[in-house]
Amino acid sequence: MTTVDRVVGAGIDRIDGPAKVRGTAPYAYEHDPGEPIAHVALVQSTVNRGRITQLDPTRAEAMAGVLAVLTPANAPRLSGDLASDLPVLQSLDVHYQGQVVAVVVAETSEVAKAAVGEVSVEYAAEPPDVRLAVDRPDLYAPEKIMAGYETDSVIGDVDGALAAAAVTVDATYETPTQHNNPIEMHTSMARWDGDQLTMWDANQGPHNIVNDLVAGFALDGGHQVRIISPYVGGAFGSKAFTHPNQMVAAMAARVVGRTVVLELTRQQMFSLVGHRTPTIQRVRLGADPEGRLSAISHEVVEHTSRVNEFAEQTATPTRVLYAAPNRRTTHRLARLDVPPPTIMRAPGETPGMFALESAMDELAHELGIDPVELRIRNEPTEDPERHIPWSSRSLVQCLRTGAERFGWAGRDLRPGVRTDGRWLVGTGVAAATYPARRRKADCRISVAGTPAGPARYVVEIDGSDIGTGAWTALTQIAADALGVGMGDVELRIGDSRLPFAGGAGGSTGLASWGSAIVLTARELRRRLEDEYGGQVPPDGVTVDGGVPGPSPHAQERSMHSFGAHFVEVRVDADTGEVRVPRATSVYAAGTIVNAKTARSQFLGGFCMGLSMALHEESVQDEVHGHYANHDLAEYHVATNADIGEIDIAWLDEDDPYVNELGLKGIGEIGITGAAAAVANGYWHATCKRIRDLPITPDKYFR
Amino acid sequence: MREFRYAAATDPAAAVALLAGEPSGAFLGGGTNLVDLMKLGVATPDVLVDVRTLTSREVTDAADGGLRIGAGVPNADLAADRRVRERYPVLAQALLAAASGQLRNRATTAGNLLQRTRCGYFTDVTRPCNKRSPGSGCGALRGLHRNHAVLGQTLDGPGTCVATQPSDMAVAMVALDAVVQVLGPDGARSIPIGELHRLPGDDASRDTTLRHGELVTAVDLPPMDMPSRYRKVRDRASFAFALVSVAAALRVEDGVVADVRLALGGVAHKPWRAAVAEGALRGRPATEESFAAAADAELAAATPLPGNGYKVPLARNVVVRTLLELTGGLA
Ligand SMILES: Cc1cc2nc3c(=O)[nH]c(=O)nc-3n(C[C@H](O)[C@H](O)[C@H](O)COP(=O)(O)OP(=O)(O)OC[C@H]3O[C@@H](n4cnc5c(N)ncnc54)[C@H](O)[C@@H]3O)c2cc1C
Ligand code: SF4
Repeated sequence: MTTVDRVVGAGIDRIDGPAKVRGTAPYAYEHDPGEPIAHVALVQSTVNRGRITQLDPTRAEAMAGVLAVLTPANAPRLSGDLASDLPVLQSLDVHYQGQVVAVVVAETSEVAKAAVGEVSVEYAAEPPDVRLAVDRPDLYAPEKIMAGYETDSVIGDVDGALAAAAVTVDATYETPTQHNNPIEMHTSMARWDGDQLTMWDANQGPHNIVNDLVAGFALDGGHQVRIISPYVGGAFGSKAFTHPNQMVAAMAARVVGRTVVLELTRQQMFSLVGHRTPTIQRVRLGADPEGRLSAISHEVVEHTSRVNEFAEQTATPTRVLYAAPNRRTTHRLARLDVPPPTIMRAPGETPGMFALESAMDELAHELGIDPVELRIRNEPTEDPERHIPWSSRSLVQCLRTGAERFGWAGRDLRPGVRTDGRWLVGTGVAAATYPARRRKADCRISVAGTPAGPARYVVEIDGSDIGTGAWTALTQIAADALGVGMGDVELRIGDSRLPFAGGAGGSTGLASWGSAIVLTARELRRRLEDEYGGQVPPDGVTVDGGVPGPSPHAQERSMHSFGAHFVEVRVDADTGEVRVPRATSVYAAGTIVNAKTARSQFLGGFCMGLSMALHEESVQDEVHGHYANHDLAEYHVATNADIGEIDIAWLDEDDPYVNELGLKGIGEIGITGAAAAVANGYWHATCKRIRDLPITPDKYFR
Repeated sequence: MREFRYAAATDPAAAVALLAGEPSGAFLGGGTNLVDLMKLGVATPDVLVDVRTLTSREVTDAADGGLRIGAGVPNADLAADRRVRERYPVLAQALLAAASGQLRNRATTAGNLLQRTRCGYFTDVTRPCNKRSPGSGCGALRGLHRNHAVLGQTLDGPGTCVATQPSDMAVAMVALDAVVQVLGPDGARSIPIGELHRLPGDDASRDTTLRHGELVTAVDLPPMDMPSRYRKVRDRASFAFALVSVAAALRVEDGVVADVRLALGGVAHKPWRAAVAEGALRGRPATEESFAAAADAELAAATPLPGNGYKVPLARNVVVRTLLELTGGLA
């Protein structure tokens, strides 16, 4: 074995970059199954709640090129164990608008789409109940919220402390429904060979999809399903779980007996693959005149659907960010006639940090204290709710480093006093945080006995690269762990036939898959050393290994990454147009595996937060019940022109507790707090506090 | 998407003759709007008569010192034309503030003028819309209308429609008093651009006064010697339709408004020529106060909806600011 320098940490170009740029990396739609593909199109409910009273497919069935029309009357029966919106075409009941009520399979996508218009459906419908409000009598406390957190946390006497506090803030913040909008639309190409299902699919983890297909089609086990997903064009959570598209594709392929493909349209993404719940969040803070918090209260109202319970963990960042003896966080849900919500980049932290970090800014103003200083004064020495030490925590250093890089010193605290021509100019700050977790992952590493030349190591794990750079980062990790060059490592990911791994989600990918690779590589090297004298035997060696689950220290140490955003915000005094010409974000997230792809993740996270602050909102029509701006012309995301100079930095942070690599995961932290930083800068520029995102020009005229 | 026929003609007259016999046919320019609407099932022509390269793709000098813009001139070429940039900056700026580079390469002058509203109920065949399906109602009136009209809407009856005309280019052309040249089954005619687009009145389905089968062949710009500019306010820095836009030209002599042209976009079913404001300005001192008073006079007729009242103060501010910039009073 040759020894090479460590590649973990280096800014290595993506190993899949050339293939992607040349268009040779096959995405799900581009796979060639070697036979003519049949195309699937969807008939969707135009009402939010009710029952189908009549469904007539005969005109569509009669069209040339139509192979089948599946309806609740003739669709294959799925097993009863499926949850949420997965029992597609199993009943005449409608629970949300956009629900699949019939499926057309045809020779071409054009014929399939044309036939959709020929399926006539009538409903007995009730008016949509879609409006979230804090005074709804039907709000309820879910048993648990997402990621296994407690629904509420109550410590001390919050109301008493608020009543006694010298300075208080009591404000309500709102974030709108948002849709994930990855570039690649959800695509599933399905084919049955007997009782064996193969699916080329866009998802965040093939193993996540297998179980639902096994359950739905009453198969014997995971060996009967193979999900192949080597390249995925973005997801942001919308491809984490099985959605109706995979069930429909499998069903349609079974009915027509050949390979079918279903690619959702952009409009269909707005109802079939989830969204981020809107939130209404009341935050109350109490502090002494020096700014030390005596009480924090964060009460969240959000929605879920009739068919699933998705309780976004919105107030959970408030459980870790600041010290205060009296604390309360609560989550209440309204069950509405909406499509099932799901995870969207940093679920919980993203909306929650907007509220908390806006409230901290308001408190800083009430106190006349610099908002960076206010945060530093409330730095907790241990996890303030679990009362255990941090595995590592560098929020204060992030704030200080960011302030210095940005040029925060000497900032005038007063809002609405700086102009540059017709621009009102301000600056804002907010913290960022995200939990560091590790999940179970298996791994197999094989090395073949090669007579001449260096050995090649095949590293197999069902990890997933949704555009993040995992192909490259995992290869780096494997190379270091094996003590070889990256060129000697052949990585295989994105296939449910590979050893088990959880999906790309919760920023757990590298922590889990990387740790599995490190431990398996160690075992391989030990065996080569102990059993073969450091030489690869002629028959080669294969080692199976992995990590069983969370870090063994997860109960004794509170594990989170932290960061700080600083932004300059300019608002046109006449029009309310907002620009963010420059920003600095500093993160502390343990080991950084690839300086180049990590920067892209931090940058992309921040940009998505900026986009949330200024643009993103899915507007639900309360009369017709649909998302009225369901395409990219009307659902605005930030364009290149909206992004100014962004300075990204990270601190060296050594965390021996989180996992084998000391890394905390970086896919999500960048978005957390970013919207608050922009909103705080907007207030500093204009004196106007916009508490309901997004901050579009109309709100300037309130 | 339904099946349709595609037809190419040899010259404009043949194209007009072809379409005259096809009551549900349509001319095809760059297709950047029409083909989208076909994919959505909103436009369902039986036949497309391709005129993209049939009408002139040249900008030529007119005898009166103005310019003649062929109907097939791509938006990108028009924006780049030196004469347009020098003499009609308002037009070049409006074009460049629209869509994206790719779209501007493809889109034609006629197609841009005749692009249809971006109202989300119009583009969704499962929703009521008097423009797409007369008599079905207006979904936007009680729905999402943050970016809809504040002037000249029809607020009740079968013609109810609160949509806006989305073209930036058209707003500039209205301020420039352009004239649209048309060839129809009954011959050629000229339409002052202010009379091309119409208010919904009692029939929201008709965007313009063109008759079926009339082909736009050119747009004439009369000579222009006033400084002019276009200012577009949108939800993000690029690639979004106007919330409000202003096309303005102004000549000030001895501190007094000698001549002024003002048109607003994003506020009505047609590019809105601010004739009231223009009248209030001529002969008045070129000051912020007169600009504001003129804008207020124009916008006094506004009937904003619950969700778009911001457009009134926004339009006022943009008018004032743009006129001030034209006086050199504000960089
Ligand atoms: C994503 C996106 C963003 C956009 N943003 C903007 C924007 O910010 N501002 C803006 O102004 N525009 C914007 N546009 C619209 C764009 O400007 C128009 O789509 C384009 O100008 C239409 O030109 P075209 O030649 O492609 O027209 P087509 O789509 O070919 O035709 C449009 C209409 O004109 C008719 N037509 C075409 N030629 C003739 C003719 N010679 N005589 C008679 N009728 C004719 C057609 O029948 C059709 O009804 C955007 C478009 C898209 C897709
Ligand atoms: S505003 Fe006009 S285009 Fe929009 S729904 Fe109403 S009638 Fe249709």
